[in-house]
Amino acid sequence: MNATLAQDSELVPVPAQRSGAGADRLFQLITAGAAWLVLILLVGIAVSMAWGGRLAFQTFGWHFITGKDWDVGASKFGALVPIYGTLVTSAIALIIAVPVSIGIALFLTDIAPRWSRAPIAIAIELLAAIPSIIYGMWGLFLFAPFMAAHVEPWLSDHLGNAPIIGALFSGPPIGIGMLTAGIVLGIMVIPFIASVAREVFSAVPAPLRESAVALGSTRWEVLRNVTLPYTRSAVIGAIFLGLGRALGETMAVTFVLGNAHDLSASLLMPSNSIAAAIANEFTEADTDLYRSSLIALGFLLFVVTFIVLSIAKLMLLRMNRQYGRTS
Amino acid sequence: MAIPIRRRAADITAFAFATAATAFGLVWLFWILWTTLMHGAEALTPTLFKEMTPPPGVPGGGLLNAFYGSAVMILLALIIGAPLGVAAGTFLAEHGRNTRLASVVSFVNDILLSAPSIIVGLFFYELVVRPMGHFSGFAGALALAMILLPIVVRTTEESLRLIPDTMREAGFALGLPRWRVTRQILYKAGLSAILTGILLGVARIAGETAPLLFTALNNQFWSASLNAPLANVPVVIWQFAMSPYDDWQKLAWAGAFVLTVVVLVLNILVRLLARKGKQR
Repeated sequence: MNATLAQDSELVPVPAQRSGAGADRLFQLITAGAAWLVLILLVGIAVSMAWGGRLAFQTFGWHFITGKDWDVGASKFGALVPIYGTLVTSAIALIIAVPVSIGIALFLTDIAPRWSRAPIAIAIELLAAIPSIIYGMWGLFLFAPFMAAHVEPWLSDHLGNAPIIGALFSGPPIGIGMLTAGIVLGIMVIPFIASVAREVFSAVPAPLRESAVALGSTRWEVLRNVTLPYTRSAVIGAIFLGLGRALGETMAVTFVLGNAHDLSASLLMPSNSIAAAIANEFTEADTDLYRSSLIALGFLLFVVTFIVLSIAKLMLLRMNRQYGRTS
Repeated sequence: MAIPIRRRAADITAFAFATAATAFGLVWLFWILWTTLMHGAEALTPTLFKEMTPPPGVPGGGLLNAFYGSAVMILLALIIGAPLGVAAGTFLAEHGRNTRLASVVSFVNDILLSAPSIIVGLFFYELVVRPMGHFSGFAGALALAMILLPIVVRTTEESLRLIPDTMREAGFALGLPRWRVTRQILYKAGLSAILTGILLGVARIAGETAPLLFTALNNQFWSASLNAPLANVPVVIWQFAMSPYDDWQKLAWAGAFVLTVVVLVLNILVRLLARKGKQR
């Protein structure tokens, strides 16, 4: 963006007419006000979540995060199960989405015939356009039964008795649970990671890649030794972006996670996530403490996604600064 | 100078994996779309756009109230969110360019863009629903406007930045004040890109469910009031799909069908518009 680096002072030979200057100031004020609004909204969310959740934080202190009992009847709320479910499902999502997205980016920049690149890229991007409630319905009515019938029995037969990881894959194949939710989340974040990765892969200067090829590298070695190191900070940024999406995704997870408040090691068992707990229970929350606990959950989710998304943004900016790339 | 077989094998494996990964991504897209369109087409009835959501166990009925509520809230969100987004985007690209405020807002905007939408729902519950004492379509529209805002800000900023500075300079050379340069030159040059961004935002908020759960809630009956709970397609789909009643699940599929078609059409329209903009 070298062309737009010109300073304001160079751009504005201020017109002499006073009416023009007044209107200019008004226009400036309006646009600046709208920009402030964006900032205020973010701060407002943080403040209102903290304020709404203060009762829960005051009542339970650290036990709100470490306690595993979520007992509405006894008015005892510990958020360990939803926190655990959120982290585990997001981890599964990334384990699936990261290699697949990088594979897609590689395919679209290096392998696919040129004419097919744009349509395939659009199709992958459409995955991000499908509303999450559609993912949820598909997950509940088609994918969960598919998992229960074909995937989960195999997993518990073959891996259920294995040492160490066996506990992850034991239990009845009911289809609804952390594994299914994690896979659905993985599919949902693929387009976000893949589109950034594709963009930065194709921004690697051709001479760099060509010199590696000239030295005798195979195309895989070009990816591993040139493209990935060159784009590392942006790819990490993209992964964090995907993580931010996965952590906060609500509707799809709510459909396939099962809304259970028990802590279980098995990935095949139903669980809960922060967003799903809020979606399922908020309108039924009839006491102040119950409602405050759910808003406190929202506060935790907001803080975590804010940090994750900030890291994503900083990593993406770093790539821009390092190489003067635009976008 | 043959490449050693291990290196060649690694190369072939990587490329096979990349191809498989792409196929993997596309399979889900087609499976999800196919499912939604098939189940939805089966559930389409002539009464879908004519009748209200039925009580449980009663066959027939439609989603008229939900379609109406969704349309009203999206329209209102558009009226509130789009001008604010264009204004803030203009500040980032033009009037506040290179200021500290602009870089902070640009950063924050990207975070809002990906922030969990359920939090937006909770925020407007605290901000509007709780003080007013009841759920309302108005609160739902505000929540949707907040989802729309960062999308419009980002695309406005990007499309204004693409306009070469010579256009601005030409305007200033004619003695135009800055606001008229922005309004009469830049907005015209960036119009199709800005509209594209707004359409993209509409496609996004059309399917948003989480922000409406605690704001607009749902309404089984016909209600045109923005000051009362308002039926809307996503929340109806969610309630009906999770219900044990066959008739309700059928209606949920029908709603999902319409929603998916609308979102897909909007997305394809956006891409056509963008391509047309590029060709010129």
